[in-house]
Amino acid sequence: MTIFTPKTEDEIVEAVQWALSENAPVEIVGHGSKRNLGRPLQTEHTIALSEYSGVTLYEPDELVLSAKAGTSVAELETLLEENGQAFQFEPMDYGPLLGQAAGQGTFGGLLATNLCGPRRLKSGSARDHVLGVRVVSGRGELFKSGGRVVKNVTGYDLSKGMANSWGTLGIATEITFKVLPAPETETTLVVRGLADDEAARAMAIAMGSSGEVASAAHLPLNVSGRVIDGDLKGDASTLLRLEGFAPSVNDRAAMLKGLLVSAGTIVDISGDTSRKLWQEVRDVIPFADGTEQPVWRVSMVPMEAYKLVASLRMGAAVDAFYDWQGGLVWLRMEGEPEAEAVRALIKKYGGGHATLVRASTSVRAALPVFEPQPVPLAALSKRLKQQFDPSGILNPGRMVAGV
Amino acid sequence: MSGLLMPKADDATMSRRSDIVTALRAIVPGEGVVDATNAMRVFESDALTAYRQLPLVVVLPQTVAQVSRVLKYCHENNVKVVPRGSGTSLSGGALPLEDAVLLVMSRFNQILEIDYPNRVAVVQPGVTNLGITKAVEHEGFYYAPDPSSQIACSIGGNVAENSGGVHCLKYGLTANNVLGLEMVLITGEVVRLGGKHLDSEGYDLLGLMTGSEGLLGVVTEVTVRILQKPATARALMVGFPTSEQAGKCVADIIAGGIIPGGMEMMDRPAIHAAEDFVHAGYPLDVEALLIIELDGPVVEVDHLISMVEAIAYKNGASTCVISQSEEERMAFWAGRKAAFPAVGRISPDYLCMDGTIPRKELPKVLAGMRELSEKYGLRVANVFHAGDGNLHPLILYDANIPEELHKAEDFGADILRLCVKVGGVLTGEHGVGVEKRELMPEMFNEIDLNQQIRVKCAFDDKHLLNPGKVFPQLHRCAELGRMHVHRGQVPFPEIPRF
Ligand SMILES: Cc1cc2nc3c(=O)[nH]c(=O)nc-3n(C[C@H](O)[C@H](O)[C@@H](O)COP(=O)(O)OP(=O)(O)OC[C@H]3O[C@@H](n4cnc5c(N)ncnc54)[C@H](O)[C@@H]3O)c2cc1C
Ligand SMILES: Cc1cc2nc3c(=O)[nH]c(=O)nc-3n(C[C@H](O)[C@H](O)[C@H](O)COP(=O)(O)OP(=O)(O)OC[C@H]3O[C@@H](n4cnc5c(N)ncnc54)[C@H](O)[C@@H]3O)c2cc1C
Repeated sequence: MTIFTPKTEDEIVEAVQWALSENAPVEIVGHGSKRNLGRPLQTEHTIALSEYSGVTLYEPDELVLSAKAGTSVAELETLLEENGQAFQFEPMDYGPLLGQAAGQGTFGGLLATNLCGPRRLKSGSARDHVLGVRVVSGRGELFKSGGRVVKNVTGYDLSKGMANSWGTLGIATEITFKVLPAPETETTLVVRGLADDEAARAMAIAMGSSGEVASAAHLPLNVSGRVIDGDLKGDASTLLRLEGFAPSVNDRAAMLKGLLVSAGTIVDISGDTSRKLWQEVRDVIPFADGTEQPVWRVSMVPMEAYKLVASLRMGAAVDAFYDWQGGLVWLRMEGEPEAEAVRALIKKYGGGHATLVRASTSVRAALPVFEPQPVPLAALSKRLKQQFDPSGILNPGRMVAGV
Repeated sequence: MSGLLMPKADDATMSRRSDIVTALRAIVPGEGVVDATNAMRVFESDALTAYRQLPLVVVLPQTVAQVSRVLKYCHENNVKVVPRGSGTSLSGGALPLEDAVLLVMSRFNQILEIDYPNRVAVVQPGVTNLGITKAVEHEGFYYAPDPSSQIACSIGGNVAENSGGVHCLKYGLTANNVLGLEMVLITGEVVRLGGKHLDSEGYDLLGLMTGSEGLLGVVTEVTVRILQKPATARALMVGFPTSEQAGKCVADIIAGGIIPGGMEMMDRPAIHAAEDFVHAGYPLDVEALLIIELDGPVVEVDHLISMVEAIAYKNGASTCVISQSEEERMAFWAGRKAAFPAVGRISPDYLCMDGTIPRKELPKVLAGMRELSEKYGLRVANVFHAGDGNLHPLILYDANIPEELHKAEDFGADILRLCVKVGGVLTGEHGVGVEKRELMPEMFNEIDLNQQIRVKCAFDDKHLLNPGKVFPQLHRCAELGRMHVHRGQVPFPEIPRF
């Protein structure tokens, strides 16, 4: 078992070329701090990017930041914050949910897992903000794609191709992202006491209004008490986040309160408490319980997702809460993962996909962690993998068994 | 590039033309197959009209099953296919090939579903960009990306080009507003990417498809995000004595945390041409004009207008007019939106370029363009999506003067080289097509390009879809697949290595 910790791009290329010449599959990790989750890998060797780190370009006026792949996301976020900026897509931190320390993720891992957060509907995910990449492919060749400017259609967008590829296509060495000013003010309106279906309707009304709602989440009764130190316990909470310049936030808050006047009691949470609330929703703190109870991340059509939860509840003990206007469901199963039931219900209710983000190693080895694809699409994905990594040496089996 | 070299027509295909036409007629009945030369004329070019070529035959399918069968037939019989939407491409992406079927998607013109609670519309690819907005505006919604060609261009073409528009600074490009696609591969297989839900269960194939210029698959259905129209919009028209000051003003606005709905710049020649044409009330004694639009709730717009006004004066604005009515706001835009035809009035022909640069490099690039303009003896006017650094230099020439098109093209290529040199790119939104194909090596080395072609190989290993576009040279997939690494050839001393 060898762990390569390259310190230069050349060393990353060399490590892959070595793996190729030895026909020895390698696992790609950022910090590799949370490796005991996802589809377990059986590679003997590891390439860890943690020592290939550092910011290579940051021009706040140009809204652009480049860094080496092993740079810690937490460090980048601190740098941005000092300049009044942020990654607008709010990359979540899986650490707490996976029973690890927070703040361990790397820049490369952020892109490879296409992280995002509660602003997903309005501001997209990592794939919507990446501008350029340098990558070492499974052929041991360094290529680049994209650039440092926002408007760019020169050639295929291989930067997006790296998003959600889980280190199976190539090793990103250096990545360029668009950054944006952090919102000046934020406030959250909390509608109390809605059932899941009522919440879905209220969120749809809010998101479809001119209130420019940045995020909409729903915490059912038994989840509501597990955020911001229990301040919201006692009733379900439907959360609507408003961001921007203060006069605008206040105006929109008043407008939305009028629009939702018949929905239920509405309370305001502002400033740092609001920020903490959304960070806890983002990082799935309600299920960060230190256990290995199965947790699903399900992306569905917003107005359908609550039906999946209701149906599941008829046959199994589940805990659920919703982000993205209801379209992102975090499900914690009290017993088995019930993969077949979950996936059948997704198909029944308008389609989408489910990823088993937490479960014991044996469960993850036995189940497709990622949503299985229809045959032609799976074949296309496999062909793409072959074009980047013909010898199958990068993270084999990470996403799909045998690929 | 006027002596454009396209892939050599395949004699075998040419000699089978009548068989191919017959086979296609069996798949798409009636008016759906066009093979008469006169009737095919309307399709012989897109909006890059310097290049014209009659296709082998034109097919206008109406159902996904027909598209699938046409592609399957072409795949099995090694016939090339060029997809086409509305033909407004400015880079020759939809330019026909002599030995290729031109697959025109204009009959896919239905809006399939509008879903307000989930804020999406599902449409066929031949629906126009503006057609989507028209279908939802009675409910106060719209589709945000707004290319100037939006009356005509199709959403399928927008996906293929990842089109942008004035409002993309705040609301994103096509790639950020498309949630799902149905597409047909060259084999005839139908695949769906994404849908009304967000993100992909696997690779971001949707991201790869967007901007792929018709080389990877034929789009047959598109699911887009629709947004609620902002409550109000107002614009400022700001003139500056120098383009440096205008550039600094743009940087300061963004650094101030303000992302305007639109932020456009014009240089002196563009201002004059536009003002002479539409009398928008533009100041004529300035070097650079900014039109900055702020949208959102009334209180927000009022708040931001005063912030932007202060920033403008701080940066030496010589005039700053704030729209007081919807008519006035439209008047500010009228000149900018008419910039292309306005330039068309002062010159028999013009070439529209499309580079992107880091914004701070604008003064340097404008100065470089002035020098090039003298060198080539051709005038140039600039309109600029200032917020995101996307430049549209319009090179003025006269096609009736021998060699002038050629000169204009060389001038354009030099401008794009300059864009790349300062950290920018060859094309921001118009695509590579045939126009910028030969310039790709300015930005990418052979390894970079080969990896892109390998993506093409995963989708279309016979290179039948839209060949001759985007890549200067399409290497055969078998060749690109070869690996040259053998055990023991890579020096490998002791482990651990680094
Ligand atoms: C379904 C699911 C499973 C998860 N499983 C894991 C897990 O097994 N391990 C884990 O640490 N976190 C896992 N997470 C959490 C998430 O990956 C981390 O929060 C993450 O952002 C990264 O931490 P890291 O930088 O240490 O990357 P890692 O955890 O080391 O890597 C995460 C993924 O990104 C890839 N990767 C990392 N760096 C690069 C790079 N430079 N170029 C290309 N690919 C790269 C890795 O191969 C891996 O597939 C999982 C999340 C989900 C949704
Ligand atoms: C006056 C004018 C102004 C313009 N302004 C802008 C602007 O502001 N912003 C901007 O981004 N662009 C602009 N354009 C360029 C052009 O309108 C866009 O590129 C547009 O998206 C092309 O759409 P289309 O339907 O006309 O596609 P076409 O020109 O028919 O085709 C363009 C490319 O898309 C492919 N294609 C088309 N349909 C499909 C399909 N269904 N499946 C697969 N591939 C397909 C073709 O093969 C071709 O490569 C402008 C053009 C003009 C003439």
